[in-house]
Amino acid sequence: MMARYQLSATVTARPQVTGDIVRLALLAPAVSQAATPGQFVMVRSAVALDPLLRRPFSVCRVNGDGTLEILVKVIGQGTRGLAALKVGDQVDLLGPLGHGFVMPDQGRACLVGGGIGAAPLLFLAQKLGERLPASDIQVLLGARTGAEAMALALPFRDLGLPVQLATDDGTAGHHGLVGELLAALTSGAFPTQVYACGPHPMLAAVARISTDRGWPCQVSTEAIMACGLGACLGCAVPRNGGRGYLHVCKQGPVFEAGELQW
Amino acid sequence: MVSMVSHDLDLRVSLAGLTLKNPVMAASGTFGYGKEFADFVPPEALGAVVVKGISLAARPGNPPPRIVETACGMLNAIGLENEGVDGFLSRKLPFLRERGATVVVNILGDCVEDYAALAARLAAAAGIAALEVNISCPNVRHGGVAFGTDPTMAAEVTRAVKAASSLPVIVKLSPNVTDIAAMARAVEAAGADAISLINTLLGMAIDANTRQPRLANVVGGLSGPAIKPVALRMVWQAARAVAIPVIGIGGIATAADAVEFLLAGATAVQVGTANFVNPSATLDIITGLSAYLATHQIATVRELIGALQL
Repeated sequence: MMARYQLSATVTARPQVTGDIVRLALLAPAVSQAATPGQFVMVRSAVALDPLLRRPFSVCRVNGDGTLEILVKVIGQGTRGLAALKVGDQVDLLGPLGHGFVMPDQGRACLVGGGIGAAPLLFLAQKLGERLPASDIQVLLGARTGAEAMALALPFRDLGLPVQLATDDGTAGHHGLVGELLAALTSGAFPTQVYACGPHPMLAAVARISTDRGWPCQVSTEAIMACGLGACLGCAVPRNGGRGYLHVCKQGPVFEAGELQW
Repeated sequence: MVSMVSHDLDLRVSLAGLTLKNPVMAASGTFGYGKEFADFVPPEALGAVVVKGISLAARPGNPPPRIVETACGMLNAIGLENEGVDGFLSRKLPFLRERGATVVVNILGDCVEDYAALAARLAAAAGIAALEVNISCPNVRHGGVAFGTDPTMAAEVTRAVKAASSLPVIVKLSPNVTDIAAMARAVEAAGADAISLINTLLGMAIDANTRQPRLANVVGGLSGPAIKPVALRMVWQAARAVAIPVIGIGGIATAADAVEFLLAGATAVQVGTANFVNPSATLDIITGLSAYLATHQIATVRELIGALQL
């Protein structure tokens, strides 16, 4: 098994991405160097007993200065506390954890993200960019609003990658679902590998479209988990064919779409 | 400073015929089979590792969601997912045996015969120090809680396990009873070598927005710091009721927590949910116990057992 670390990491930057999403940069050279795209970290900021459990976050990007970044969307008490951290604050970091994306050395990759699900795809795009020409990496991002979509797309565009947007409110790109962008790809742009991360209904749609067209599809999933280490068995997801469960923290968070029951 | 004197500090405790190098055990279901935590805790450094509960046949566990965080704690309804005794013996136990860990195997069944068959299988394997009989998991419909809340049934299971195996037998008690002392006395009379308590408290969480339960199983077991006062009270009551050793469990996250359980009458403690929050929790507690002994100039941790001043 690859090295995993538990360490104290300093917040070195915390730019606001949108109204409720903050990008936290955490100084953790060992974790940053060991992480591969699709892996996650478990983060805890409190010294108090409430909230008690760590929160899992996909690694969003690693930087040459030893930092790694995560996208924190405020959902509850735990994420509110993390989003309120200031530069210089410490977090307790555990990782890198889980099984990440399998990356090809050739072909065309299509990265499909929904909202905060863009996070692991950015790290993936970073690493794919070392293997494939930018013209062979297509990025499709869905978001609630144009402002959110633009903010999530910015770092992909900074990598020189083409990004297509879909928004719920129609204020940028396609007015509709990001899965519809995938379904509308024309034959010259057909991918040899689809990567997806986002809300469950979006993943299910992307998995279905990919399966129908015969495109291999890897999905990054999420689940409520306590330990991240394969001990609590809390993060169960149904295995395809009704044969029990897989665990997001250990066999995942990235699965072949066909491994899961949609 | 602490490390200089810690060589002289005696953390050993004895229970159920075993001498543990320290009184800190990892609780069943919170530490996997040791390997999951090996990057953070050498399993052989612990008093014992109590492995995730094992049944005769593999169990898939409950549908998700299986866990939910609550104030200072969490609810779980994992549903005793495990790969069965054969998988345990061939794929899980060898690692712990090679590391020289003190292994306690938590066993669970649907009927008395299941427990006896498990005990017999495990007694024939090398590298197991003791059995912990799980009569208290609230998450399965058959067995489980029925054994754990009825003194007659609990005694029957205890007798069957004792008869089927020569291994020391620890019976893990449920807190979901009116009279914990009666349960403790019943399993002691049936031959238990030690008792451990408490398992999780039956609880529930509801999402006010969706009007749905937060666990697919609707109810689950509450653990974590939230339950520590209940656990301390029950350990104190049980320790006064029986002569066999008591292992304290429930919300232990720090060395001070462990000391409190020892004072209440526990001979050893198990650390559970804290492993999820801090994978190194068990080691931190062992280090903290040494520091406590040094600070209070106590030669052996055994002096703390039942030393509550009333």
